[in-house]
Amino acid sequence: MNVQLSPGDSAQAATLPLEIDSLVKRFGTLTALEAVSLSLSAGECLGLLGPNGAGKSTLIRSIVGRVLPDEGRVAVFGAAASTPEARAALGWVPQELALYPRLSCKENLTAFGRYHGLSGVGLAESVAWCLEWAALTDRAGDLARDLSGGMKRRLNMAAGIIHRPRVVLMDEPTVGVDPQSRNRIFEMIEALRGSGAAIIYTTHYMEEAERLCDRIAIIDHGRIIAQGSSEELVLAAFAHRSQVLARFDGASGDLSAWVERHHGQLVEGVAEFTIERSNQIAALLDDAAQAGLELVDVTLRRPNLESVFLHLTGRELRD
Amino acid sequence: MSLRRDRAALALSFALPIAFFSIFAAIFGGQHNSTSKINVLLVDEDRSSTSQNLARGLQREGSLVLLTRPASKDKSAPLPEYTAATAEAAVKAGDAPVALIIPHGFGEHPFNFGGDTNLPTLQLLNDSSDIIAPQMVAGLLQEAAMTTMGPAMAEAGMKQFEEYNGGFYTPAQRKQIESSLNQWRQHQNDETASGTGVGTGGGLIAVHSRSVVGQSKKNPMISFYAAGIGVMFLLFTASGAAGALLDEADSGTLDRILSSRVTMTTLLAGKLTYNTLLAFTQLTVMFLWAWAVFKLDLFTHIPGFLIMGLSTAFAVAAFGMLLASLCHTRAQLGSLSTILILIMSSIGGSMFPRYFMPEAIQKAGLFTLNAWAIDGFTKVFWRDLPVRELWPQVCVLLAAGVVLFAIARRVARRWEFS
Repeated sequence: MNVQLSPGDSAQAATLPLEIDSLVKRFGTLTALEAVSLSLSAGECLGLLGPNGAGKSTLIRSIVGRVLPDEGRVAVFGAAASTPEARAALGWVPQELALYPRLSCKENLTAFGRYHGLSGVGLAESVAWCLEWAALTDRAGDLARDLSGGMKRRLNMAAGIIHRPRVVLMDEPTVGVDPQSRNRIFEMIEALRGSGAAIIYTTHYMEEAERLCDRIAIIDHGRIIAQGSSEELVLAAFAHRSQVLARFDGASGDLSAWVERHHGQLVEGVAEFTIERSNQIAALLDDAAQAGLELVDVTLRRPNLESVFLHLTGRELRD
Repeated sequence: MSLRRDRAALALSFALPIAFFSIFAAIFGGQHNSTSKINVLLVDEDRSSTSQNLARGLQREGSLVLLTRPASKDKSAPLPEYTAATAEAAVKAGDAPVALIIPHGFGEHPFNFGGDTNLPTLQLLNDSSDIIAPQMVAGLLQEAAMTTMGPAMAEAGMKQFEEYNGGFYTPAQRKQIESSLNQWRQHQNDETASGTGVGTGGGLIAVHSRSVVGQSKKNPMISFYAAGIGVMFLLFTASGAAGALLDEADSGTLDRILSSRVTMTTLLAGKLTYNTLLAFTQLTVMFLWAWAVFKLDLFTHIPGFLIMGLSTAFAVAAFGMLLASLCHTRAQLGSLSTILILIMSSIGGSMFPRYFMPEAIQKAGLFTLNAWAIDGFTKVFWRDLPVRELWPQVCVLLAAGVVLFAIARRVARRWEFS
C-alpha cells in the first residue's frame, strides 16, 4: 500500500528528523536515562532494543514531550520537543491501547485526527486511509472495545499516524498480539518505512528488531550500550566467532567446573561457549567426555542480538 | 459520544432527576399552602352560646380540622363524642397532635383579666414532639376569641373596670351599656351563623389579608423543586461527566491527546463547554417535564430560564471539573462527589427550603451553588421578577464557575508532564 506522508517544508528536508543529545532523566534517585544520544535519518527505522525497565518508554516519552528531561536536548527537524512544530511532525504509538472503548474505529480516528488539527475533507481522507492501512475498513463501525487484541493494536497504531507524521515512534506495538496479527503489523510498518517515514521502534523481541530495523540501539539501565546494524553489533561483539551450546547429563558440580575451565557460561543448564573456529568443538567435547560428562545435545550457531546483549550486560534480553 | 453509547448512564442522567423531582412535586407541589391542616380534638363541656361561638370561630379557620368524635367506619353509627379523658388518650395514641377542652363554666367567665386562678381555663393538650401545632392552635384560639366573643369581652372588661373603680355607672348608663351589648351579641351571633366577618377581619381591629406573590400560581412549590432537585442532579451529572478525564488518564488516552496540538487548557475548556451543554440539556428536560406534567409556567419565563439555566450549568460543570482534577481514581471521585453534593444540597436548599432552616445554616447555604441557583429560579418562576433582578445570582454563579475552573486547571498540571 502506498503511504503518503505530510509534505513538510524545505527546512525539514535539510535537518535530521530526530536528534537526541546527552539526554538525562531522573525520577528521584532513579536515573531512567543517562546521557542518551541518538539520531535518526529520513526513511530509517531505528530499533531500540532492551529489557523491561531499560528506559525505552521514558526515552520515547521524552521525545514526544510527555517527560521533561533534566539535561540534554531533543530536536525534531530542528524544533525542540513539545513545540507545536515538533508535535506536528511526530506520531506516537504508545504501548498502552490508548483508545476510546465506546467509540467505533472510525470515530476514534476522527477524534484523534481532530486533536492533530485535521478537519473537513482532509480529516475524512486521512481516516479512510488509516482504516485501509490498518486493514480495518470493514470494521470501521465496530466499537473499539469489541475488537480483537490484534485489531486494537492496529487501530492504536492508526490513531498514532492519522496526521501522517514524518517521524513515528512505536513503543512495543506488538505486545500481546498473536503471530498472524503481528505479521500484519509488520507489513504496516514496512509500508510506512517505504513511504519515507523515520521510525523508532522499541521492542524486547530480537527477531522483530532484526526484521524491521535498519539500525539497532541497545539500551540497558538508561544507557545506550551499543548502536549499529544487526551485523555490525554481532561483529563488534563476537567478530567471526560462533557459539556452541551443549547440554549434558551429569553432576552439575562437574559441569560448572568444566564450563569455567573453558571460559564459557552456564545458562539455564546449557553450556555456552564462544569459539573462533569450528574445529574447536572437538577439543571441547573430548574434554567433556574425559570429565565424565555425558553429552545430550550440541548446537553451533552464529551469535544474534540476544547474544550481543548477554555479552554486553551479562543478562538475558527477555526477563 | 461515550455517554450516548452507555445507555444505562444516559438513562440515569435524565430519568433519575425527573423521577426524584416528580416524587417531591407530588408530595409538596399539589398543596396551595406550604402548611398542612392540623387536626384538633374538641371537647365542649360548657355547651354555652359562648363556647359554641368559639367553636364555630375555630371551625372556620382554614388551617384547622375540628373533630368532636372519633371517625367511624359506619357513618350511620357514629361513635360517641370525645370526653376530656378520651381526647387525652387519643393525643397520647397519636390520633391528633392537639386536643382543646372547654371546661364547665367557661361561658360564665370567658375572660380572665384579673388573673384569677379559680376561673375555668381552656385546656390545650398536645404532643410535645410537635412544636408547631400547639402554637398555631393557641394563636388561632386567641384570634377566634377576639372575633367571636367581642361582646363577652366588652362586658367582662366593663365589670372589671367597675369593680376596680368603685362602680360609678349610673343605672341609666348600665341600662344603655346592656342594650348596646345585647345588640352587639345579636349581631355577633348573626355573623357567626352566616360565617361572615369571622377570620376575615371582622374583629376588634379590622384586617384585610391579600396575597401579593403567587396568588395566580396553581402549584407554588413546583418551580422550587424543579430548581432544587435539578441543581442537585446537575452536580452529580457534571461530576460524573468530568470523570472521563480520569478514564483518559488511566487508559493513556490523555497522554496521547497531550502529545498532539491540544494543550491541557484547550482540553479542559472543551470538556467544560461540553459538560455545560450537557447540564443545561438535563435542566431543560426536567423543566419541560415540569411544564408538561405539573403545569409549571415555563414558556412565559424563557429569558429568565435561559439565563439562570446556562449560568447554573456553567458553574456546576466547573465544579465537576475541579472534583475530577482533585481525584486520582473514579472511586475517589464517586465518594467525594457524593459527600460534597449531598452536603451542598442539604444546606443549599435543594431538599428543603432554606427559609425553614436556622439563620446560621441559611448563611452557610450561601456558600453553595444550589442556594444561588434556587434563589435565581425562584425569582424567575415564583416572584415573576424581571431578568435584570437576576444579576446577583448570575454574577455569583459565573464567577464561581470561573474560579472553580481556574483551580481545576491549576490542579490538572500534574498530568501535563512527568
